[in-house]
Amino acid sequence: MKIMVAIKRVVDYAVKIRIKSDKTGVETTNIKMSMNPFCEIALEEALKIKESGLASEVVAVSLGPGQCVDTLRTGLAMGADRAIHVDAPGALYPLTVAKVLKALVEVEKPGLLILGKQAIDDDCNQTGQMVAGLLNWPQGTFASKVVLDKEKKSATVDREVDGGLETLCLDLPAVITTDLRLNQPRYATLPNIMKAKSKPIKKMSLEELKVEVRSDLEVVQVTAPPVRKAGVILSSVDELVDKLKNEAHVI
Amino acid sequence: MFKKIISLGSKSNWTQYSLIRNGFTRRRFSSEAARECINYDVVIVGGGPAGLSAAIRLKQLCRENDVDLSVCVVEKGAEVGAHILSGNVFEPRALNELIPKWREEEAPISVGVSSDKFLLLTKKHAVPMPNPFDNKGNYVISLSQFTRWLGQKAEELGVEVYPGFAAKEVLFDEDENVIGIATNDMGIGKDGSKKDTYQPGVELKGRVNLFAEGCRGSLSEKIIRKYDLRKKGQGQHQTYALGIKEVWEVDADKHKPGDVLHTLGWPLDHKTYGGSFLYHMQDRQVAIGLVCALNYHNPFFNPYEEFQNLKRHPAIRPLLENGTVLQYGARTLNEGGFQSIPYPVFPGGAIVGCSAGFLNVPKIKGTHTAMKSGMLAAESAFGVLHKGSNMKTYWESLKTSWIWEELHRARNYRPAFEYGLLPGMAISALEHYLLKGRVPYTLKHGKPDHEATHEASRCSPIEYPKPDGIVSFDVPTSLYRSNTNHDHDQPTHLRLRDPKVPELVNLPKYAGPESRYCPARVYEYVSDDNGQLKLQINAQNCLHCKACDIKDPKQNIEWTVPEGGGGPGYSVM
Repeated sequence: MKIMVAIKRVVDYAVKIRIKSDKTGVETTNIKMSMNPFCEIALEEALKIKESGLASEVVAVSLGPGQCVDTLRTGLAMGADRAIHVDAPGALYPLTVAKVLKALVEVEKPGLLILGKQAIDDDCNQTGQMVAGLLNWPQGTFASKVVLDKEKKSATVDREVDGGLETLCLDLPAVITTDLRLNQPRYATLPNIMKAKSKPIKKMSLEELKVEVRSDLEVVQVTAPPVRKAGVILSSVDELVDKLKNEAHVI
Repeated sequence: MFKKIISLGSKSNWTQYSLIRNGFTRRRFSSEAARECINYDVVIVGGGPAGLSAAIRLKQLCRENDVDLSVCVVEKGAEVGAHILSGNVFEPRALNELIPKWREEEAPISVGVSSDKFLLLTKKHAVPMPNPFDNKGNYVISLSQFTRWLGQKAEELGVEVYPGFAAKEVLFDEDENVIGIATNDMGIGKDGSKKDTYQPGVELKGRVNLFAEGCRGSLSEKIIRKYDLRKKGQGQHQTYALGIKEVWEVDADKHKPGDVLHTLGWPLDHKTYGGSFLYHMQDRQVAIGLVCALNYHNPFFNPYEEFQNLKRHPAIRPLLENGTVLQYGARTLNEGGFQSIPYPVFPGGAIVGCSAGFLNVPKIKGTHTAMKSGMLAAESAFGVLHKGSNMKTYWESLKTSWIWEELHRARNYRPAFEYGLLPGMAISALEHYLLKGRVPYTLKHGKPDHEATHEASRCSPIEYPKPDGIVSFDVPTSLYRSNTNHDHDQPTHLRLRDPKVPELVNLPKYAGPESRYCPARVYEYVSDDNGQLKLQINAQNCLHCKACDIKDPKQNIEWTVPEGGGGPGYSVM
């Protein structure tokens, strides 16, 4: 069985972001970019499944500008066998990404598609669900545990939901999106980084996959949240009640 | 040999102290599984201007001579440039030699110095002074950006650059020759146990090994001690300063690209050497910083707070008032100059850049000399690998290069300030306008920085005003702007040679100076359950500046590399 993992190149989680002065988005020039942390978890899970003998190949895919290749190389260094880069400059929204992933799935025919639950730049949490809908595949999102059954061709997924944990059994092929507690991603070691240089990264275009980038969304403005005001130390409960009622208008 | 192995494994404090003092590695005990070993012709530790210039020069020589050498650069920062911080007014002398077509190759060097001013600050005033600097033909740049570009150039030439990997250990053969380095084991928990993600470090063995770790490089210091390189060189100890810097984005009408300003005097007193810089870069960005020599006397001195004071000065404040801070950081720099250059060659390789110490103090520039030293070491290394010559040619070529001539001419400026600010300025003026270093004497440095701190009982605490949140900030706010991060679940990389010294010596005798000079609030004295003050080390905050390694009065704090990829994330510094 082949596993496909979709990974996204995002602003590194430790970077302090700034809004561009024209308010069209976040400043990304000269900023460190890395693989989305949830995508790292997704790739790690795929590698674990392959190492347990239940999968034969892990293919990492990524959409975006030319620099995505760096992120894919990190994925190859972690242990993916092949990578596919779909060249797509410009803004990409979840529905477009989902359509591209559907096209790639029809080409590669994996038994499992694993994604991170959301990207840390847009926090959409939509792509996994949309691609499952487009493919008409079962989905197990916010996975905190994944157990595959090769004979029954199914996956048992524990999902982290608001009320606790929900366990689903999905018939393969299926879509799984990963949550934080699923695993701890491995380091890309120096020898593996060196070996990754010779692993193939296939380049594909949107025309080849017959997907049209049609943006149904337009970003009107991006602003920083209002600066947090200084706290005030109050002298009595009455003062607190008064402030909550008359200043904050919450009671 | 057998006895040595026994002592390597012993856990007594004294043995650990002497082990580290003598620079021995605990190779046999740091990883049981055999580490993977990769061989290169040249291994370079540190992806800064010196290391990358050496790598580029090696590949250029290969092309000129139609041979190939495998060159590997390991860099502890998450990406090339992440740990690079500098003023920086760049003198392109070495770059012109290394990559003459740097303009066509789109080096991020575009803002020429347009004006050059020098002020003497008092608490409320700013007195214009004759400018001692000559920055014609120089550029205001971000060294972090420039280093990133240099890294790309190196990779284009075939250099293998590996950011995110920290060189932890020097590897020796039976004859005590350096044969390479080993990177950190990754995935070790705070308690020392192996986590699920454990990966052993990797050994990188080079026929020639160049150390380009920057000022007070952790492995370079071990090598200097082991082979006694200070005595074999110019003889004096190295002296240092701590530079704390911010890059601001200011109003367009206040921004003048290429404007260069230096100040002396306030907020520092007449016994503390140092000064500030303010450089206008491009894109409305302004670099501002304060450099304080680390041989200050008062243990209550707090370089970070002095920097906040600087920004409050009426000559500085208006520029910053409506602006935003983009990044913050700190790094130590060498001030020893000519007198402190160690003999930089050892069996198996050499030391380049600020790890040796080629900064020109009166010019306050070290990038050009660091790059040139890397190039000279590369030429020597090429001779060693291709023609069978000796690395000693590096020392010889240093002594006949413009680095030597420049540092020799500049050698008496900094030591003159041992006599105080005014005598120092007078002697500097004499040197600058008249003598230009053409005197038979060479002034000596004062005490090593860590010995210069007076006891707290002899000094008075300094009151620093609270941050206003507009031009002055508290440490956590500033630290957030440095994009610093380390995986918290790893052993602390700041080692105390004797864990009892902070509470027995630093706190009672010197009032815990590390809680004041560290620009990242790594060291804090907090009360434990019994009300006793204990040292708490917040290693996750560390900016890798090395001030603690330099200034700790008993030299009890040893800075070692944390897991690769951690530390600050400078991009415009």
